[in-house]
Amino acid sequence: MDLPDDATARRAREIAGAHAGRDGALLPILHDLQAEFGHIPEAARPEIADAVNISAAELHGVISFYTDFRTAPAGRRSLRLCRAEACQAMGGAALWREVLAGLGLDEFGTTPDGRLTVEPVYCLGLCACAPAAMLDGEPLGRVTADRLSAALAGAAPC
Amino acid sequence: MLRLFLPRDAAALALGAEDVARAITAEAARRGVEVTLVRTGSRGMIWLEPLLEVERDGIRQGFGPVTPADIPALFEAGFDDHPSALGPVEDIPFLARQTRLTFARCGVTDPFDLDAYRAHGGLAGLDRARAMTPAEIVQEVTDSGLRGRGGAGFPTGVKWRTVLEARGPRKYIVCNADEGDSGSFADRMLMEGDPFALIEGMAIAARAVGADRGYVYIRSEYPHAIAAMERAAGIARAAGLLGAAARGSGAAFDIEIRVGAGAYVCGEETSLLNSIEGRRGEVRAKPPLPAHKGLFGRPTAVNNVLTLAAVPAILAQGAAAYARFGLGRSRGTIPIQIAGNARRAGLFETGFGLSLGEIVEEIAGGTASGRPVKAVQVGGPLGAYFPPALFDTPFGYEEFDGAGGLIGHAGITVFDDTADMGALARFAFEFCAEESCGKCTPCRIGAVRGAEAVDRLCAGDTGALPLLGDLCETMRAASLCALGGFTPYPVESALRHFPEEFGLGRAAAE
Ligand SMILES: Cc1cc2nc3c(=O)[nH]c(=O)nc-3n(C[C@H](O)[C@H](O)[C@H](O)COP(=O)(O)O)c2cc1C
Ligand code: SF4
Ligand code: FES
Repeated sequence: MDLPDDATARRAREIAGAHAGRDGALLPILHDLQAEFGHIPEAARPEIADAVNISAAELHGVISFYTDFRTAPAGRRSLRLCRAEACQAMGGAALWREVLAGLGLDEFGTTPDGRLTVEPVYCLGLCACAPAAMLDGEPLGRVTADRLSAALAGAAPC
Repeated sequence: MLRLFLPRDAAALALGAEDVARAITAEAARRGVEVTLVRTGSRGMIWLEPLLEVERDGIRQGFGPVTPADIPALFEAGFDDHPSALGPVEDIPFLARQTRLTFARCGVTDPFDLDAYRAHGGLAGLDRARAMTPAEIVQEVTDSGLRGRGGAGFPTGVKWRTVLEARGPRKYIVCNADEGDSGSFADRMLMEGDPFALIEGMAIAARAVGADRGYVYIRSEYPHAIAAMERAAGIARAAGLLGAAARGSGAAFDIEIRVGAGAYVCGEETSLLNSIEGRRGEVRAKPPLPAHKGLFGRPTAVNNVLTLAAVPAILAQGAAAYARFGLGRSRGTIPIQIAGNARRAGLFETGFGLSLGEIVEEIAGGTASGRPVKAVQVGGPLGAYFPPALFDTPFGYEEFDGAGGLIGHAGITVFDDTADMGALARFAFEFCAEESCGKCTPCRIGAVRGAEAVDRLCAGDTGALPLLGDLCETMRAASLCALGGFTPYPVESALRHFPEEFGLGRAAAE
């Protein structure tokens, strides 16, 4: 979602307000913000810091600590490839190299057309059907290059 | 009326269960047959997923793995004779050989059907606990010998007693559902397949220690488990199991689901508490123990999902019935998770004491690739690699410690002979560097240096060996938590058991 800064700030205030009175509300607020904006917008930060009564520096410290929180928007679709041991045991490392190359990527990141962000993940709890991946939140097990292409060709969620 | 059962567990979905469900609905409509399709958790036989079951004469007959293309033929055959037929599910050796106490209902019932939960033994533990004093509940759990299933193996009764005896206007139960260890998925399966068991366990824990609030901290990588727990908590609240005056017992207890944000270290209990409080997930120095000063500075019992989910059965059947299973000081059952390159990968709950070899060779049936087993990593990314030479090690806390490893969250990742032990040792350091909370130098910097040292060693520079030894020693001795402190386990075990893969003779690696 793209809004002018003042509208973003207003929306951030509303989101934070929905958690008023909740103990330790910061992570839930950040999750909600990211669900709506796709990242944590700069213009939302003062509102959030104010709502949970911490400094801008402290807020930055929290956002930067957690890999889930983005500071810039990602691609329209999200593909997460498991790099952890059980997936390595089933050939994950080589397969992921092949997948990235097939997408024209040298490393994890977003395709130049902004269509897809490919990120590493350390275990999806699908270790008994490795190698595993997650595409737009949907789990994929015993992934092969073909199965993944088919899934990527499927309709993207709106 | 045809009663069918199909898992909605994330692993079943990952293998196409939703397409199978759609095919069933479509085929039933086409034939005008009335079908009840019950969506369950998974039985844990992941190599058979999607595993479809039909109930006939009170017996559940299995078919798996099934694809949407099999569905018309299955209807045609009246769900009888079909190439995917497995016979009665509970007679499948992998399942028949288990002792399912914690996972008794997983894969059997609809996870959101509270009546089915009760009909299958649920809530009997809480009912009994309600007639007991807090001290009696703690004693029962102590007598069962239950130890923390999150990795450290700390006696649960001792932890609960500390919280019970701690003074404070408010106490908390925190369920650690961060399950970051690769090779493990039991917490996920339980939350998706039998969430009321966890809620019941938390309610019993709350009574035992005098807590009125609980949190379940679930990693964000588990969207299905998060949704299942949210839904189950809502149902439990509506039924009066949670909320202001839970089940008329007068004791208020409610839980809140919290979602992690992609940090492995947040599985460490004090880091997890910081995360719930809305801070960076940095590890806290102990003391104070969370049992004394935990969440928001209040007495807190932090327990793993499996620890809490074991409690209802312990209360329902009695401490002795639980402690009857096991080996030495490892009492009761352990849900072992067989992962990676295994022919029969999945969840196997059994009393402690099987040998690693029995698990890998007999139960898992060796590798999926059909090649020889080279190594298994037990206990997640901080666990040691075991070569077949150590397969006589019995599955127990002390026994694994004695063999230079740990059981951790009981995930077993199997590797065939194509595994590159040098790359795996390097990965252990890489992972530690990536996930370090940054508080201690040996972990933050040592892990980066360690990865470089492994590279040098594998490139033929044996001069890197003493450096590697020093790094591991420093990390072990000077790390605040097990992320830095235990990373030497996978590294040194790989080096010790597979020196030739690092260009070394056996003697050099010792
Ligand atoms: C780096 C690190 C990660 C951990 N991850 C988890 C985890 O994901 N789940 C868990 O239950 N315990 C984890 N633990 C162990 C917890 O600190 C703690 O011992 C456990 O939650 C206590 O519950 P239990 O006594 O029921 O096992 C981790 C520990 C460390 C050092
Ligand atoms: S060992 Fe690593 S993760 Fe643990 S407290 Fe120290 S820096 Fe943090
Ligand atoms: S190791 Fe890849 S899903 Fe667990």
